[in-house]
Amino acid sequence: MVETFYGLLRRQGVSRRSFTKFCSLTAASMGLAPAFASKVAHAMETKPRVPVIWLHGLECTCCSESFIRSAHPLAKDVVLSMLSLDYDDTIMAASGHQAEAILEETRQKYKGKYILAVEGNPSLSEDGNYCIVGGRRFVDQLTDMASDAMACIAWGSCASWGCVQAAKPNPTMATPIDQVIRDKPVIKVPGCPPIAEVMTGVVSYILTFDRLPELDRQGRPKMFYSQRIHDKCYRRPHFDAGQFVEAWDDPGARQGYCLYKMGCRGPTTYNACSTTRWNGGVSFPIQSGHGCIGCSEKDFWDNGPFYERLANVSGWGVEGTADSIGVKVLGGVAVGLAGHAAASALKSAASKPEQHGGEK
Amino acid sequence: MKTPNGYELDSSGKRVVVDPVTRIEGHLRVEVNVDDKNVIRNAVSTGTMWRGLEIILKGRDPRDAWAFTERICGVCTGTHALTSVRAVEDALDIKIPNNANTIRNIIHHTLYVHDHLVHFYHLHALDWVDVVSALKADPKATSELAMSISPWPKASVGYFRDLQNRLKKFVGSGQLGPFKNGYWGHPAYKLPPEANLMAVAHYLEALDFQKDIVKIQTVLGGKNPHPNWLVGGVPCAINLDGDGATGAAINMERLNLIGSIAQQTLEFVEQVYIPDLKAVASFYKDWLYGGGLSSQSLLAYGEFPEYANDYSNKSLALPRGAIINGKLTEVHEVDLKDLQQIQEFVTHSWYKYPDETKGLHPFEGVTEPNFVLGPNAKGDKKRIEQLDEGAKYSFVKAPRWKGHAMEVGPLARFVVAYFSGHEGVKELVDSTLKDLGVPITALFSTLGRTAARGLECLWSAKELVRNHQKLIASIKAGDRATATTDKWEPSKWPASAKGAGFSEAPRGALGHWVHIEHGKIANYQAVVPTTWNGSPRDPAGNIGAFEASLMNTPMADPEQPLEIIRTIHSFDPCLACATHVMSPDGQELAKVTVK
Repeated sequence: MVETFYGLLRRQGVSRRSFTKFCSLTAASMGLAPAFASKVAHAMETKPRVPVIWLHGLECTCCSESFIRSAHPLAKDVVLSMLSLDYDDTIMAASGHQAEAILEETRQKYKGKYILAVEGNPSLSEDGNYCIVGGRRFVDQLTDMASDAMACIAWGSCASWGCVQAAKPNPTMATPIDQVIRDKPVIKVPGCPPIAEVMTGVVSYILTFDRLPELDRQGRPKMFYSQRIHDKCYRRPHFDAGQFVEAWDDPGARQGYCLYKMGCRGPTTYNACSTTRWNGGVSFPIQSGHGCIGCSEKDFWDNGPFYERLANVSGWGVEGTADSIGVKVLGGVAVGLAGHAAASALKSAASKPEQHGGEK
Repeated sequence: MKTPNGYELDSSGKRVVVDPVTRIEGHLRVEVNVDDKNVIRNAVSTGTMWRGLEIILKGRDPRDAWAFTERICGVCTGTHALTSVRAVEDALDIKIPNNANTIRNIIHHTLYVHDHLVHFYHLHALDWVDVVSALKADPKATSELAMSISPWPKASVGYFRDLQNRLKKFVGSGQLGPFKNGYWGHPAYKLPPEANLMAVAHYLEALDFQKDIVKIQTVLGGKNPHPNWLVGGVPCAINLDGDGATGAAINMERLNLIGSIAQQTLEFVEQVYIPDLKAVASFYKDWLYGGGLSSQSLLAYGEFPEYANDYSNKSLALPRGAIINGKLTEVHEVDLKDLQQIQEFVTHSWYKYPDETKGLHPFEGVTEPNFVLGPNAKGDKKRIEQLDEGAKYSFVKAPRWKGHAMEVGPLARFVVAYFSGHEGVKELVDSTLKDLGVPITALFSTLGRTAARGLECLWSAKELVRNHQKLIASIKAGDRATATTDKWEPSKWPASAKGAGFSEAPRGALGHWVHIEHGKIANYQAVVPTTWNGSPRDPAGNIGAFEASLMNTPMADPEQPLEIIRTIHSFDPCLACATHVMSPDGQELAKVTVK
């Protein structure tokens, strides 16, 4: 018998009251109104735990590391209670054939009912032999497991876009998973790595609402990737006021001025860093004094150097959508910003370089 | 067949393949031969993944290299970035401010503590702890055990009873998740049920707590994993009480946050990790297999410079040095730029050299892929059943120090420090050995490696607290500088420059070598800890540290390779690190057909 998440919690001694509180927090973490908490609760009371198979291709394991940083929900509760993480070579007890046996068992027992989570990507050079697991090419393991999955999650920029090993000249022909998985929905959760609560938020949404989140044209959940870091950056007023960091550790840097001139990619990067922030909301790159490097954007490694300022940044344009940016990037414009608006703030920055303030 | 480094290899017995080796970073395969008594007589370790970052770095801005190399590994996150900025600063003769040095040390100690803690509980504990056995524990006896070894407050009878009830129901559900198909009930598990229950409780507590430790990196680097770094210093400017201080990266509230977490971290390590480690060790002190090269050949580059820009042993809190031929009291000097000291061989690696009898220093390194299975391999490239260690068999190269296969990591660091006369390390090691009632030779084992990591975690947690105070003292004395910018612009650089950067990653000695030409990277090479430990054979036939550590270990049941993964895990392998190297002209080639 496959039990429900709620049943499991109750049997583990969690009170009804704690459960309700958990559902409220889950709803809040996904930016949902409090009324949704009861919907979350209902979903968790009635649904079985979904098996998840988590595969690793060419990657660095930063996505797994990020995932276990999740504060709400706690990674422990996700892994042991919300879903059934039946295969993940980073944490699973079994090795070798005891581990590999789980893959085949899951395919048969839960055909069409398990989620395939993928960290990293397959290499297609050297006939796929730059990544071998259990004596088999990773690309075979990936496509086999995808063929019987309900849906696939592409964790991080590796699985979503290719990331660092796919940077020019992409010597191993590292390939995003949606280019080898053609017959299943692939939800892209990019970032190097993605924010922990974004990862667990996407998973909770699927389990709670029993559907995939609304995606943009690039396949990213709109719930976390529909706005630019620049749009909600706490240093944005300094951008609008023409107050910029001009050199590392200068008076502007010490007062938290805008990092645009130091190469910040916040104006072209769709992610939740400036709102959800990192590691339980402690900070995000800009707050800690370094520009955003755009790690959730396609091909961000080749849109550098990182410290070169973006060529054309509009001062306004929160209304620009991820899709319109995506189209431009796909069209080959490296830094295609909503080009219809005048770059007034940029001009202001160029004409008033001395206007940054300073500590007394 | 006897290897030059003293191992009698016999591949005539039954072959056992473990692939994948899980609870590590990356992809690793191990094959061993066991004799008729199930004792390991031949060991083969294979890195089965290859990513190629060095070629990607060519032609890029050296100030960006930290970000690329940081993505070599997301587990030891930031350690490659640190090594990279040191290499570039060495090449361009950039000096960093004192505060930047201290902040880098804080970031790096945070990594040490986090990485060691997560390794012990989430990657390694299940090699010693039988989760299912915990169901048989008496909660009252568990509570007594916990209270007898530590003042940690979560130790009541009710706490353990509640946990056990939840565990019973979890196991009873039949959906074991990550514990599915584990080696529960294996005779190599020695802990009584009460110790197992206590360890399961701490597995879960450590999983909850580890996410807080990294917040220190989040303050100073903006995120974790993969915080941000800067050539010339650190990007986090300091402003305690001036205009705009609330918007600054480091202000009073941020310093307090770091101090608070550092203190909580030290408490957790002192009251949970170390008592658990000693408790586990006390039940396994007769299982002293897995020593391998640790009593013979050890290498450490040293780490934690006390004084900015001084990377000599006078400044390093953990010293640099090499030990060879088992002469522990003779610690040799190590020079990363000496072309004769560190060399990489590819005779048994899936790469090609013009002359494969010779090794190449990283400044001269070439890497051309050559994926071929040897004549005695079984299966084919689509389904490898058995590798041929007489031929090429790994994507890991074979680095050697003056021709010697070396072990790196916490044990190597501690042995080098101990025999270099490091007072703090000597005291930690001696007192622990005394507590357990074992001689110093007990260090040279799987358990010794695991113990050294725990003791280093404790040392590092104390250093984390001390470095936080050091930063405050420096600010109090009026120093707020965090970055040097006089050589930020490439126009200030020489036309050609070469540099070497080092660090001690949690897993061991890490080196980066960079060659800059006209403001761009002309060549970049990295030799990483798991390249040393996971090394295949070299042309002389020396086996590497993983392979040596498995030799002569008896297995209770070769079908259930608990002893193999236990020893391999004691190194904390990171295969994404080990196998990232790439050809200078390695554009491939054949393409796999996909649907």
